[in-house]
Amino acid sequence: MAIAEPVTGAGAAAPGRDAFVEIDTVSLAYGSGPSRTLALRGATINVRKGEFVAVVGPSGCGKSSLMKLVTGLMRPTVGSVRVDGKSVDGPLKIAGMAFQNPTLLPWRNTLKNVMLPLEIVDPHKGRLRANRKEYEERAERLLDSVGLKGFGNRHPWELSGGMQQRASLCRALIHQPDLLMLDEPFAALDAFTREELWAVLQKLWMEEKFTVILVTHDLREAVYLAETIRIMSARPGRIVATREVPFGFPRTLDDTFKPEFVDIVHELREHIGRERTTQQAVSQ
Amino acid sequence: MSQIDQKIDSDASDLVLEPDAPAPSRRLVTENSAPWLIAAGTLVVWQLAVWVFSIKRFVLPAPTDIAASLWKWKEVILMHAGQTLYTTLLGFAFAVVGGMLLGVAVGYSRVMYRALYPILIAFNSVPKVAIVPILVIWFGIGTIPAVITAFMLSFFPIAVNVAAGLATVEPELEDVLRSLGASRRTILFKVGLPRSLPYFFASLKVAITLALVGSVISETIASNAGIGYLMLNASSRFDVPLVFAGLIVVAAMGVAIYAVFAAVETRTTGWAVRGQTQRFDAGGG
Ligand SMILES: Nc1ncnc2c1ncn2[C@@H]1O[C@H](COP(=O)(O)OP(=O)(O)OP(=O)(O)O)[C@@H](O)[C@H]1O
Ligand SMILES: [Mg+2]
Repeated sequence: MAIAEPVTGAGAAAPGRDAFVEIDTVSLAYGSGPSRTLALRGATINVRKGEFVAVVGPSGCGKSSLMKLVTGLMRPTVGSVRVDGKSVDGPLKIAGMAFQNPTLLPWRNTLKNVMLPLEIVDPHKGRLRANRKEYEERAERLLDSVGLKGFGNRHPWELSGGMQQRASLCRALIHQPDLLMLDEPFAALDAFTREELWAVLQKLWMEEKFTVILVTHDLREAVYLAETIRIMSARPGRIVATREVPFGFPRTLDDTFKPEFVDIVHELREHIGRERTTQQAVSQ
Repeated sequence: MSQIDQKIDSDASDLVLEPDAPAPSRRLVTENSAPWLIAAGTLVVWQLAVWVFSIKRFVLPAPTDIAASLWKWKEVILMHAGQTLYTTLLGFAFAVVGGMLLGVAVGYSRVMYRALYPILIAFNSVPKVAIVPILVIWFGIGTIPAVITAFMLSFFPIAVNVAAGLATVEPELEDVLRSLGASRRTILFKVGLPRSLPYFFASLKVAITLALVGSVISETIASNAGIGYLMLNASSRFDVPLVFAGLIVVAAMGVAIYAVFAAVETRTTGWAVRGQTQRFDAGGG
């Protein structure tokens, strides 16, 4: 079996100097008293700078919670989170995020939606007024690269779900973040749009080399996009295994039908299936 | 699976809308004329009933009597209506400012919510008629109690709607902005307030009619001007047609100011209806 399964520290595959995101034996509990839910227990992940990591696992195992820890939206109950060498003790201020729900602002047109982070993130905030033209061009280029050329002055309700998700991706990238956090960003899209957006994301990542943490339920998506796949246990979540994807970039849709690609998908599927049955066994 | 289904559904409904274009226009005509038809029908039945059962004038005047009274007292009515409109608008203006501030405070700060919400509920449960005598003790009869009563009745829906609007900000969007380093104040101004604007404008048309109710109530109890006073005065002289004329005037004012603020609402927050009206307009020609 190609999946490495050390008992502990399964996520610490590459604890080198160049770790960009370090999540060290982190636990997270929601609520207190009888309603206390332990979402994560002893989760450890290291992510190199510029690495594309996918996180997969059974539903409700704490993947979204993990994202909130990394971006500093929540503090771990136990353990530490470090990003770029600094301990995370508040919202990161640099991360780009995109979710399943595009959450565009209906009263702004697409271009203004994409430019929203520039009004908030620090070096850009002060320069936006003076360099509006330049920033608008950047936003236009980004829209262009995701296939939304000419849609900048449309409002979100005039766009399809897939187009809104493209715009949401642009919004996550406009300030050139070092860290991109994606929580099931393509889950609500039809298969064709989804695969098209995989290619878009891969191209952007290859050009800009930002660090990506992608949460997904789609195992083909994980294998297509990621360099490394982390598999989480059922709740309380921790990393139980790591799978390196040995294929080079760029990857094409044709690659996803090759036997060695399909094998990895099957491997992952079996593994998650096992995690789910352990959970059911425990809860009975 | 279900996502794919939805997509097909929405496409299908688009296709159906186009060939149907004349239908909405026909519906639009009847929709617009329906209230007039019903009003006219009611008046006819009323008039006939008064004739047939020969109901006394001081019990139920016929629409023609009321119209005659309206015409006869038109100058006096106009003057009193002006006073009522003045106190209504003044109270409403205070309610807009006060309701907005209160709504933002309650919707923005959990502490304020905890502190103010029970008080607001308690206040809203008190019949405002019961407060007017107190206002009279403090301010004497006249304009000020009417303005305050109008304010007291109309700020509540504004505050509640603004607070509710602030609560509709998606938590995910808040996450996106916070992870960019946005402060709560920034989120309030960039997202919260714009998001609550449609709720705010929707509340205005309700609030303005409540302000009118407040003014008239106060005038009926303690005033020497305004439609409420006119009606009270007329009823003490058993001039029942004039009482009814006053009622008609109040109702007409209510409809008119409601229409004004409903128009303001559609003007200002077109984005909130997600382009549906555009499509509807286009269909209706
Ligand atoms: N705000 C909250 N309050 C209480 N419990 C929560 C909260 N958010 C999440 N949880 C609990 O924490 C656990 C992990 O939630 P999380 O959203 O991180 O899971 P997930 O892996 O993202 O799930 P999914 O794959 O369905 O998106 C769940 O069991 C959930 O019940
Ligand atoms: Mg989730």
